Amino acid sequence: MTVLTGAAYWLPLICAAVIGFAVAMYIVLDGFDLGLGILFAFFPREIDRDQMMNSVAPFWDGNETWLILGGTGLFVTFPRAYAVVMPALYVPLITMLLALVFRGVAFEFRWVAKPHHRIWDVAFSAGSIVATLCQGFMLGGLLGGTRVVQGHFAGGAFDWLSPFTLVCGLGLLVGYALLAATWLVMKTAGNLERRARKSARVLLVGMLIFVVTVSIWTPLEFPRIAARWFTWPNLVYLSPVPVATALLAVVCWRGLMRTRVMFSPFYSAVGLFIISFVGLVISTMPYLVPPAFTVWDAAAAPSSQRFVLIGILILMPFILGYTVFVYYHFRGKVRADEGYH
Amino acid sequence: MTAVLLARLQFAFTISVHIIFPAFTIGLSAFIATLLILWQRTGRDHFHRLARFWTKVFAVSFAMGVVSGIPMSYEFGSNWSRFSEVAGNVVGPMIGYEVLTAFFLEATFLGVLLFGWKRTPPRLQAAAAVLIAVGTAMSAFWILSANSWMQTPAGYVMRDGIAYPTDWLAIIFNPSFPYRLAHMLTAAYLTTSLVVLAVGARYLLVGAFKEEARTMMRMGVGMLAVLGPVQLLLGDQHGLNTLEHQPAKIAAMEAHWRNTGPMDLVLFALPDEHLKVNRAALSIPHLGSLILTHDWNGRVPALEDFAANAQPRVTLIFFAFRIMVGIGLLLIALGLSGAFLWWRGRLFTSPWYLRAAGWAWPLGFIAILAGWLTTENGRQPYVIYGILRTDNATSPLAAGTVLASLVAFVLVYGVVFSIGIYYIRKMIRHGPHGAAVAPPPLGPELANRPLASAAESARESRQEPPVI
Repeated sequence: MTVLTGAAYWLPLICAAVIGFAVAMYIVLDGFDLGLGILFAFFPREIDRDQMMNSVAPFWDGNETWLILGGTGLFVTFPRAYAVVMPALYVPLITMLLALVFRGVAFEFRWVAKPHHRIWDVAFSAGSIVATLCQGFMLGGLLGGTRVVQGHFAGGAFDWLSPFTLVCGLGLLVGYALLAATWLVMKTAGNLERRARKSARVLLVGMLIFVVTVSIWTPLEFPRIAARWFTWPNLVYLSPVPVATALLAVVCWRGLMRTRVMFSPFYSAVGLFIISFVGLVISTMPYLVPPAFTVWDAAAAPSSQRFVLIGILILMPFILGYTVFVYYHFRGKVRADEGYH
Repeated sequence: MTAVLLARLQFAFTISVHIIFPAFTIGLSAFIATLLILWQRTGRDHFHRLARFWTKVFAVSFAMGVVSGIPMSYEFGSNWSRFSEVAGNVVGPMIGYEVLTAFFLEATFLGVLLFGWKRTPPRLQAAAAVLIAVGTAMSAFWILSANSWMQTPAGYVMRDGIAYPTDWLAIIFNPSFPYRLAHMLTAAYLTTSLVVLAVGARYLLVGAFKEEARTMMRMGVGMLAVLGPVQLLLGDQHGLNTLEHQPAKIAAMEAHWRNTGPMDLVLFALPDEHLKVNRAALSIPHLGSLILTHDWNGRVPALEDFAANAQPRVTLIFFAFRIMVGIGLLLIALGLSGAFLWWRGRLFTSPWYLRAAGWAWPLGFIAILAGWLTTENGRQPYVIYGILRTDNATSPLAAGTVLASLVAFVLVYGVVFSIGIYYIRKMIRHGPHGAAVAPPPLGPELANRPLASAAESARESRQEPPVI
């Protein structure tokens, strides 16, 4: 194996960090967005559902754009990984995309269809649930390993399916629902907020159970992950991860128990997601498509990576800037009479 | 059916459905921005009513464009993984720039435009509309650059079967790109103008929303009368560019089988792919040469000049191209006759014209689809012209898997987007209702101060009966 130095070593790492950032942004932003659809089933009153939709309606499109950035980002910077992962995860991927069609149009169709909007409530909720499950399946399928022969995907359509992927799907379902419940605590008032607070407590416990399950399962199933976490001195260096997880869980719980605390539950739930994501990255680095490709194996031509990174360097501050602007513009609790319709 | 054909059908289906929405929203966002600016300038409230009305239509169309667009960014990898590997270094960054420069801009300010009638000062709202219009055009810039590179690749070298970039400016501004961009953007603005004109004409036919309808008709006719002839010129230039870089495509478009002398212009024929002749042909001698070479006796390469395995199939391209050109000529006639009536002061009172314009709304969409069918099928049998054959570009997926996903796409898109278009029709029939609006305040604005001028939107009744 040749030793990589300079740009050939750093460029792929920087690109991987950028894609990791896009995926993390997507998980957090579309996480609460999809989570609202998951919670829909438990909030049957029309006035509650209107407020839930309105709390996210100005943002949903921007949130989903991070999904496009994640996908095209992989295409741009790691075309070989993109060319293997997408066929390997074809079934959950296409199912997710179709589910997103239903939930995406529901934001607009629901208002136009009123008072015959029930069908779009169902589409929004079912679409969100299916899309979330598929994202969990894709995560589990990717971690579980992809069969690659001579640089090409060489497996079957359902290789991704295993008990582990099912757990990942369910875990993500509970996690996104937690994000959404804490979002509602922050963005709504009155009865809706009270009920969201109650649901969030149950969901927090559920999410922690899944986090612990996955944390125990992955090292048992994948020796390379066990070696990453449970060897000296990694054990010490990585110990802040479980400690931070526990602290964030405590902050979230305390926020949920005090009726006047609005913000800390959501932000600590976001923190929990980020720390879980960091944990997964630690487990898999430097693999992009375990066990076939590391970030260096799958990297695009340095000139291509450089060209895109320049664009990201210049444009990302603007993107983050107006993302912050739009969240700030629509800050505060949602009023019952709001919306453009 | 082979896996390759299924993959082609799936991509053709998903992208054809998708293109309908951006083709409409590119022009519609510019139209809304114009209306909001006119409203600020003049203070006449029917501009505001129109802007609000079309923004609702825009919201539904844009949502459909977004959800049908997300699959596109994944289908390159899921169904065309070999293409992604071969072209990723070159095409990838352009799509990346589309996301970075356009998608976030559009998506973010869409929220401000749609939900801002109460929270947003009018000037910011007009700015949001302008930014969205710029975003949609920017998106067209990058995706057309990527597509053009697949038609006329430049600025790259091939190593071990993979394309590597050597000159980014040459890649972005590849030979067919300026023509394709101008042609497509103009097509998008024409398409929206037609819809706006048709809606205005239909309102006038039933005597509803007269002031709004007249504005829509004037703006629609003006755009058609100017951009229609411009599009003819652009199309001609685009054709000459194609003749230079993809002569086989031109030969197929014209069903030009044999290179035996000056080229006829075939007005109509039934091309016979087997015998390589045209049946029932109606043609004008020399006119093909004149159009394509600007020379009475100019010679144009024919299909027989290309190897059998480098020729596109003729029939679909031949007819698609004629449909596009036929509609183009119809649009010019509609625009110029409308301009004439306007000049004579009879634009709003000629029932035959109002009826014709009222039925013209789908023409732009049909022409755009026909044009894309022409250019994409004309590139065959290559996915990247001269570099990668379509047969060698697909993912290693079983035919059954792709068939299942194709059926799922057809079912889901068929149901969801039909309903969406039904809702748009419903909104248009309902019309631009709304109370009078105060003109925007002059002087410095206070950010985030809810303005009374926009509060009427809540009062709009949903119960008013449809007018047409």
